Amino acid sequence: MSRLERAFSRGKAFIPFITAGDPSMTVTEQLIYTMYEAGADLIEVGIPFSDPVAEGPVIQAADERALASGVTVDDVFAMMQRVRNKCDVPVALMTYVNPVATYGTDRFMMNCSKAGIDAVIVPDVPFEERDELLPYCRKHGITLISMIAPTSGERIRMIAAEAEGFVYCVSSLGVTGIRERIGYEAGEMIKAVKAVKDIPCAIGFGISTPEQAAELAVWGDGIIVGSAVVKIVEEYGENCVGHVAEYVRRMKAAISG
Amino acid sequence: MSVCKNERTVFPSIRVAPQKSKAFVPYAGDESFFILPKEWIGLSKGRFGIHGGQYVPEILMNALIELEQAYERYKNDPDFTTELDDLLRNYAGRPSMLYYAEKMTKDLGGAKIYLKREDLNHTGSHKINNVLGQALLAKRMGKTRLIAETGAGQHGVATATAAALMGMECEIFMGKEDTERQALNVYRMELLGAKVHPVSTGTQTLKDAVNEAMREWTRRISDTHYVLGSAVGPHPFPTIVRDFQKIIGQEVKRQLAEKEGRLPDVVMACVGGGSNAIGIFHDFIDDESVRLIGCEAAGRGIDTGSTAATMTIGSVGIFHGMKSYFCQDEYGQIAPVYSISAGLDYPGVGPEHAGLRDRGRAEYVPVTDDEAVEAFEYLSRTEGIIPAIESAHAVAYAMKIAPELGRDKILVICLSGRGDKDVASIARYRGVQINEQA
Ligand SMILES: Cc1ncc(COP(=O)(O)O)c(C=O)c1O
Repeated sequence: MSRLERAFSRGKAFIPFITAGDPSMTVTEQLIYTMYEAGADLIEVGIPFSDPVAEGPVIQAADERALASGVTVDDVFAMMQRVRNKCDVPVALMTYVNPVATYGTDRFMMNCSKAGIDAVIVPDVPFEERDELLPYCRKHGITLISMIAPTSGERIRMIAAEAEGFVYCVSSLGVTGIRERIGYEAGEMIKAVKAVKDIPCAIGFGISTPEQAAELAVWGDGIIVGSAVVKIVEEYGENCVGHVAEYVRRMKAAISG
Repeated sequence: MSVCKNERTVFPSIRVAPQKSKAFVPYAGDESFFILPKEWIGLSKGRFGIHGGQYVPEILMNALIELEQAYERYKNDPDFTTELDDLLRNYAGRPSMLYYAEKMTKDLGGAKIYLKREDLNHTGSHKINNVLGQALLAKRMGKTRLIAETGAGQHGVATATAAALMGMECEIFMGKEDTERQALNVYRMELLGAKVHPVSTGTQTLKDAVNEAMREWTRRISDTHYVLGSAVGPHPFPTIVRDFQKIIGQEVKRQLAEKEGRLPDVVMACVGGGSNAIGIFHDFIDDESVRLIGCEAAGRGIDTGSTAATMTIGSVGIFHGMKSYFCQDEYGQIAPVYSISAGLDYPGVGPEHAGLRDRGRAEYVPVTDDEAVEAFEYLSRTEGIIPAIESAHAVAYAMKIAPELGRDKILVICLSGRGDKDVASIARYRGVQINEQA
């Protein structure tokens, strides 16, 4: 069983997101270990980008903090290498396409592979442009995650048919962020995926409370939480690790309930 | 559309060596970036050589597909084209004049200079051509709300104008810094009934306004059309904007045939995202004898780090939905750019221009703040025409090359907009206090 498959084999998966280098690479590394111990099944690590167009204010600010501290893609690879030497946590990198393309897609995926990264999530590469990345992902054994959104409609069948690893279901319109209510189209979207392919579906965008997570977990195989985690990092800075671990424990318990 | 198709058969063999630059490290990765895999060609749309495409989140894909289908349906629909043509004539004031700048020609002592007077259009720039087209299209698509980014404010004003005319809601995103240096245009937009959102993220300029407008579009798609203001962004925008702007070049060709009985030797325009430039270039692309020159903003100079000269110092990247040239660092972080001109203060350039440059069909040259301000003042005094500071970049380069061209040569400058909006900031640049408070 691959690390990615294992992430979806321990009940409903809890998938927290953090921005690499926020507030420092040392804290990011600690967060990965601690969140894994606290019950995270897969960790999404974001490469900070100057212009994160799919991100709301919370993650935009995290990207700014990380970039201000001078974090680069090479630092992220070096950190992941250290993580991989110590533990077998499943990890997906979240990045915009420009840092990949400019680094050299082949070299980027090769370094992902060397650093033990399991998957990449690239929000600004839709199905029609996936050959920008897919041949290089395949060459280096990295899974390219497909996304679907409430506006996808008929496209879901086309996307699901070729999806690998898991399908990232964007549960509400707009950018990442914390929302009071989440569109309950998620169930319908996932039904459409499963009709085409038996593949895990993780729901993300706008989830923050254990109640929301529990409600949505009924429909999907995993819950992705970004802004709510990053907000704790923002609030506690260097001392965030314990607080984040506590949050992860509560969320994992809520969706396992 | 036909342009993309023709080029499709060509580009597997095209390899691009990015221009060397001092300020930015050019492309450091593998060659694969510059060659499109064959099987890809069927899916990816809107390519100009290797450039273009649709690099947007899945959430926007159906909106782009819907827009493309609507455009394909209406662009040759007689009702649509008749209505647009009527608006362009009777509301925007087209055709714009092609004016022989005799004093400037004599003063410079070289090529005969013509100015294509887009500054005389309603709302004062070429932006209205694109906006009327897109607003009409949005209306046909059943949209009731227009959103747009703006840099200098000219595109925002044009969009607010079209929204007022067509009875649509309108919200404009504008970098906070630009709302300050183009305060007059902010008030104009508000007068026209639009809501202006100052954008205080990033560099607080045009790039950030595009980011925020794209975010807003993902929040509210069903009733909203995003009126992109330049020939940039994901397909189909670069093609739609070019098609609505190509009337500039078509008119020039006809007007010059009437006046001179021949083609021009040089056609030039300023390039921010590249809409007025592609508009005046497009009808001349197949006329190989016509030199096409795009003038980009060098800011304080291409070696200073305070510049927006994308073609000169940029490298190939993927941003704002398109593959093209961008000012960026070796890790693909988009660089903060600078120009005195808010409309040219953008770290990228439209994909069709990137393709023209790769093919060697058009040249792109940097023009500094100082040169542009001098040209701004020169044209005001010499011809009694105050140009937009954006357009002044093209005037500045014309002043450089006109004397070197023979008197038998004809040079056409796209005067993309008028300079009223810039008067206060030029005064500030010159250290002159203007105070309208009584
Ligand atoms: C008068 C004028 N010219 C040119 C531009 C640059 O845009 P583009 O390169 O799309 O023509 C602007 C943009 O605001 C403008 O206002």
